[in-house]
Amino acid sequence: MTLIRHTLYMTLRHLRELWRQPWFVAVTLVQPVIWLLLFGALFKKVIEIPGFHGSSYIAFLAPGVVVMTALFSSAWSGMALIEDINRGVTARFLVSPVRREALIAGRILKEAVVVVIQSLIIVALALIVGASFPGGVAGVAALFAVSALLGATFGALSNGFGLIMRQEEALIGAVQFIVLPLTFLSATFLAANLIPRWMQHIADFNPVNWAVVAGRSAVSANADWGLIAARAGLLVALLALSVAFATRAFHSYQRSV
Amino acid sequence: MERAIEAIDLVKSYPKGVTALDGLSFAVAPGRVFALLGPNGAGKSTAVKILTTLAKPDAGRAFVGRLDVVANADAVRRTIGVVAQGSAVDIQATGRENLRLQGQIHGIRGRAIEERAQELLERFGLAEAADRIARGYSGGMQRRLDIAMALVHDPAVLFLDEPTTGLDPEVRADMWAEISRLASERGKTVLLTTHYLEEADQLAERIAIVDRGQVVAEGAPEELKRELRGDAIHVDLEREYNGTVSRALADLPAVRDIAIDGRTLRARADDGGRAVPLVLGALESAGVEVSSVRVARPSLDDVYLKYTGRTFDAAEAEATTK
Repeated sequence: MTLIRHTLYMTLRHLRELWRQPWFVAVTLVQPVIWLLLFGALFKKVIEIPGFHGSSYIAFLAPGVVVMTALFSSAWSGMALIEDINRGVTARFLVSPVRREALIAGRILKEAVVVVIQSLIIVALALIVGASFPGGVAGVAALFAVSALLGATFGALSNGFGLIMRQEEALIGAVQFIVLPLTFLSATFLAANLIPRWMQHIADFNPVNWAVVAGRSAVSANADWGLIAARAGLLVALLALSVAFATRAFHSYQRSV
Repeated sequence: MERAIEAIDLVKSYPKGVTALDGLSFAVAPGRVFALLGPNGAGKSTAVKILTTLAKPDAGRAFVGRLDVVANADAVRRTIGVVAQGSAVDIQATGRENLRLQGQIHGIRGRAIEERAQELLERFGLAEAADRIARGYSGGMQRRLDIAMALVHDPAVLFLDEPTTGLDPEVRADMWAEISRLASERGKTVLLTTHYLEEADQLAERIAIVDRGQVVAEGAPEELKRELRGDAIHVDLEREYNGTVSRALADLPAVRDIAIDGRTLRARADDGGRAVPLVLGALESAGVEVSSVRVARPSLDDVYLKYTGRTFDAAEAEATTK
């Protein structure tokens, strides 16, 4: 009970912090809007490529943008933790009876909540510009769920690396190095059967691709729930590993104080 | 004797071979204000980190009340309030939100925490700024919020690590008044660390002088000064004379504890007024030119010099060049 309560306190603290930075909130939303509208227009003709199944590129792209946004926003999660450490806020928590797990869990949960809110906005926008999601509410909910899983995973990884590096510049470098390749080595912009074979092999091990494949299937007319469950299972397993990693990193930070 | 805080032979070294604590021991009686006094790098903050469960000692034991800080860390955290070196408020939250979260962590909820937060905000002169983001607070306001946060659960033992470092002189005076008030109220035990001699002298009932990770002297400020027996004589010399000065004074029975540091000569005498002419006479006949002379009641600086063999300023300079 205490753990849940403490995690909730921390999650609310982080969400409030985000809410107080309207520019940051705006920027995180401008980006997916640009992806959706710009790429939607730029690659409109992609549907004419032989082998592409579907009639609207925006409808194809929207789940990819949802997943990509989840990745892009959560990967920065560790920045706020580094700031807390530098400001002495983390040390103050450590001399209080707060449950240690809550200090990490609160941040991960916040990323998941943010992802769901962002996803809602992107899906609404996609509907406005003419995309349709035949998978219905259940499909969209599944898309949100895999995106939130991905966001939580990268939130945990970002916090773990932040705790090891403890330097904002280093973390910025690492995030920029990882985020774009992960996006492009996936079926986010193109159907899997149209990307080069070697990339497909890499994509099979790419968690971003797991989320894109599962999310896109869920909102499509004939969702493959077996596939969705398998990919979601992989994401859950990776999330568990990432949380374990972040927890270990936190212990090593505590020892270094 | 009952003890609110006790450190027994604490040892702690950090990776790069830095020994922060080298067998540090002291005890604080309940309801007292106790100061760890020493220059930067003496090990005071490391001692506080161990006592507040933030760091673990390599050897030795420490207790808050009857609770072992390593074995009963969580119980210790419930009984202590900590004001760390440098402000640790969440600058993205308001003063009230900072207090509320701190209280919630200590299990104070609902109306109780709202009332407690309001009470503390008023007491620390933050009522008007309560719902403003702490980023806009002045240094003094952030520091007061730090202290309010440390008090939210009414802890029996309060740790203040360098509470006035980096504050303006006026703000520092306010902070001293606040700390004295805390100690006289409800019998809280206060452990403060400081590298300001006058701060320790003003606030603490007992002082432990920390040097190179050990306590070199302990007692009430007056007691420590009295032990020095007699007055301090400070003589500023025109230039450095090396051995000449000590040879010139060697045969004067009226002065003792002679220490020469560059162009400064310090010595002690039972009666400063009588000793000064003798000292000046001896220096003159040895050809030493004097630029000024002062006689003073012993200060903590003199105490520090006696126990560590160097002046406080010299020790501070040494710490910063390291």
